[in-house]
Amino acid sequence: MPLHTDRGYEQQLSSLRASVLEMGGLVEDQIAQAVRALTESDATLAKTTIERDHTVNRLDVEIDELCLKILALHQPAARDLRLITTALKITTDLERIGDMAAHIAERALELDAEPPHEPKADSMIDLPLIANLARSMLHRSLDAFVREDADLALEVCRSDDAIDKLHAQLFQALLAFMVGDPTTIARTMRLLFVSKYLERVGDHATNIAEMVIFLVKGRSIRHMDVPPREL
Amino acid sequence: MAAPAVQLDSAVKMAVRGLTVRYGDTPALHDVTMDVPERRVTALIGPSGCGKSTFLRCFNRMNDTIRGTRITGEVTLDDENIYGPDVDPVELRRRVGMVFQRSNPFPKSIFDNVAFGPRIHGLKDPVALREVVERSLQQAALWDEVEDRLDRSALDLSGGQQQRLCIARALAVEPDVILMDEPASALDPIATAKIEELIQELKETYTIVIVTHNMQQAARVSDFTGYFYLGRLIEFGATDRVFTNPTKQETEDYITGRFG
Repeated sequence: MPLHTDRGYEQQLSSLRASVLEMGGLVEDQIAQAVRALTESDATLAKTTIERDHTVNRLDVEIDELCLKILALHQPAARDLRLITTALKITTDLERIGDMAAHIAERALELDAEPPHEPKADSMIDLPLIANLARSMLHRSLDAFVREDADLALEVCRSDDAIDKLHAQLFQALLAFMVGDPTTIARTMRLLFVSKYLERVGDHATNIAEMVIFLVKGRSIRHMDVPPREL
Repeated sequence: MAAPAVQLDSAVKMAVRGLTVRYGDTPALHDVTMDVPERRVTALIGPSGCGKSTFLRCFNRMNDTIRGTRITGEVTLDDENIYGPDVDPVELRRRVGMVFQRSNPFPKSIFDNVAFGPRIHGLKDPVALREVVERSLQQAALWDEVEDRLDRSALDLSGGQQQRLCIARALAVEPDVILMDEPASALDPIATAKIEELIQELKETYTIVIVTHNMQQAARVSDFTGYFYLGRLIEFGATDRVFTNPTKQETEDYITGRFG
């Protein structure tokens, strides 16, 4: 695509893209750190993860302000306009994913403070598996944003089913575990929350991917029962 | 020639088919096919020299007055070819009026400016003339500002008022279509806003085609937008679609400011 005649405007659009990516990278890392804090019972890491959520929130506000500035000063049209609206919506999802990371870290701290049971509920479920699925969806949705790749974005939307199914399986497994031994309920519920948070990350990644499709193709595929086969 | 594949939400008022215009050896418009929807605002945008003003002038045969102009193709008004041998250009220009970039009131009174067209077309009765003048000034949203000084010179009006006077003058002969060539480019933002609001009111009754360099203005006032580049109609469609999701890369580059 040719550059803008107005270089200041071009500069603002590039810095908007860069800020969204910075926020995306940070949030991706937050999820990784939170899950690691949980699986390795690392309270210090959990605390720094919770602390770092402020940086995510700050970026959210900064990106909003930049979008407003561009809208007010340049009256963007067409793809530029879609970039601004996409950035505004994507950052809301990224901010929520950041919150999910903080919640996971909070649950990690609580689990750390509790005496473990035998057999451990932790061993009953594969949290790293669902965590990897969630992170992969997030990573690919951000990749699709950078490369403006609608096909990759569609792939992300179509993979949301897998994470939903996995969460449903974990739910059933943990439910059976709690019924078997009610003394494990407090601990197991926290793990169940974590699974739900990760499933929510998948939903937010799907939202991001849907907005990328809007950015590239100018059409909305949101709120469809099933994502389309092709664009 | 087939109608262009654009979803219009009203009848076709004017239709252009395969229109090509040359000034001597210089091509100005190349094979343009487009429909002008009735009682809608159609905006023509594009960089200087793209042919949009030449195109506008084809709708009331203003190009006929430029020597060496050769026009091929067809333009119809209510399904009748306006370049046909039986067409009287003066009557055509009554039905298809025009408002120019620089307001050009005659050095006469406000009243006589508006009454000028009806008088030429034979209206003599003072009561009827007075009615036409009042109605036209009302429609042009100028009446309240000038009703107590209709005998004053039109040249004493502000730029924005003069432009609305020119619109009233165009309305006085009861046209079907109003062509506007950069009607607000010499006006301040408030006068511009008044003209834009007026355009919204006028489209209830008239079909409007407007040429503008101001893309935000095209986005604000029009229902359909045509983008011209190097004498060709690159893209034509509903304005909200053209400004959010144009189909052609050239349109995208122009409306987002990636040009030259």
